[in-house]
Amino acid sequence: MTTTETAQKLPLHDIHEQAGARFGPFAGWSMPITYPLGVMKEHLHVREKAGLFDISHMKLFAISGPGAVALIARACPFEPGEMTPSQARLTFFLDDKAGIRDDLIVTRLGDTRFMIVANAGNAAADEAHLRALAADFDAEIEPLERVFLALQGPQAEAALNRAGVATDGLYFMHGREPKPDWFVSRSGYTGEDGFEIGLPETDARALVARLTSDDDVEWIGLAARDSLRLEAGLCLHGQDISAETTPVEAALLWAVPKPVRETGDFVGAEALRAAIMAGAAQKRVGLKPEGRQPVRAGATLYAQDGSVAGRVTSGGFGPSAGHPVAMGYVNVDLARAGTQLAAEVRGTRVPVAVHALPFTPHRYLRG
Amino acid sequence: MTKTYFTDDHEWIRVEGDIATVGITDYAQEQLGDLVFVDLPEVGATLAKGDTAVVVESVKAASDVYAPADGEVTGVNDTLSAEPGLINTAATGDGWLWKMKLADAGQLDGLMDETAYNAMIG
Repeated sequence: MTTTETAQKLPLHDIHEQAGARFGPFAGWSMPITYPLGVMKEHLHVREKAGLFDISHMKLFAISGPGAVALIARACPFEPGEMTPSQARLTFFLDDKAGIRDDLIVTRLGDTRFMIVANAGNAAADEAHLRALAADFDAEIEPLERVFLALQGPQAEAALNRAGVATDGLYFMHGREPKPDWFVSRSGYTGEDGFEIGLPETDARALVARLTSDDDVEWIGLAARDSLRLEAGLCLHGQDISAETTPVEAALLWAVPKPVRETGDFVGAEALRAAIMAGAAQKRVGLKPEGRQPVRAGATLYAQDGSVAGRVTSGGFGPSAGHPVAMGYVNVDLARAGTQLAAEVRGTRVPVAVHALPFTPHRYLRG
Repeated sequence: MTKTYFTDDHEWIRVEGDIATVGITDYAQEQLGDLVFVDLPEVGATLAKGDTAVVVESVKAASDVYAPADGEVTGVNDTLSAEPGLINTAATGDGWLWKMKLADAGQLDGLMDETAYNAMIG
């Protein structure tokens, strides 16, 4: 309880309280974990209609100035100069060992302006890291005070339009600033079509009032956000990826364009090239436990000969999949889909099969 | 004559003679959220007070349910294997977890009655 009380409150805390949210601590914030609908129905509602998430714990940084492209090319393993305005991509801050300090979404808003969305738990470290790098570049880093909302699900676009926010011409992994202090992108962390909207608190209160009066929209808490992203095969930093994992073993090398892998001068470049050359000993995979018993983060995985095969980094029940779902790291020779393993749960071995990710198909709207 | 006790850990124990039926309270199921799996003990298993008798798993987490007293498991609610959500909809009725033969009913002395329990959860 004390952690919840000392945790920082979201700007819209009162609205969540009125909506009957149950709160819990996450990354220093008191977050709505579930609403009266409950995690199962909240999860399914997102896949069927539209779910509204308050993700204001995440941090938006605007990067602007003549050196913005060069700064981001130094900070992240991709070529920001090749992005067209409004284009967004998943990328990372790597450390000198190519460990993932944080995973980020970077959106190009103009020739010399970008938006970075960072994870809550890493926001302070990300800002310090970026500022240290920025000393060598003519670029300004502006942490933004915004309410950050996500509206996710097949009805998200229609509901957002009904609430007065235009989405025309906006496709998956694109974003724009439709008016001062607003940032709207077609993105999310559920595997569904959807939007993320950063906006000032006053505007947010008005938008939330319109959205929550829409029959297709329900508030969705952090518990369902976690089960949705796990079914969608998406990583939670600090759990599935961390400074201890490189993009190679995390199976996220697709986010680093080939020419950048070869010649890019980003932080961690040498270590990443070495990691690619050496190949990973373990690889991140999906895991499907047999039966109904969930296999949770931290469980050890065993090969059929009884040797240790790896570990589970996220696990729970997938309401849309209809069975337990998990992901984790296994030795590369055991990473092929269908490989039979066992997870140790409370002293007993639960059969687990390596499974392709995602568990539920992505339904992004691409241009 | 039946008597119902409540523990600090949000379990209820309904005692008839030397047989106790154990479940979790409505407050507990509400805190846990939608349950998706219940790990039940074997009939005939011997439990000591404080042992983990059952593990209930929600979408997000696993929680232990402790034996409130020493005894032997005489029955388990098998319906929960297919329908763990019964605990959410009927925590104090059809969502019971296990029955046990109490070795010493006196171990339950000092547990709360319903009024005291309701006062505790506020």
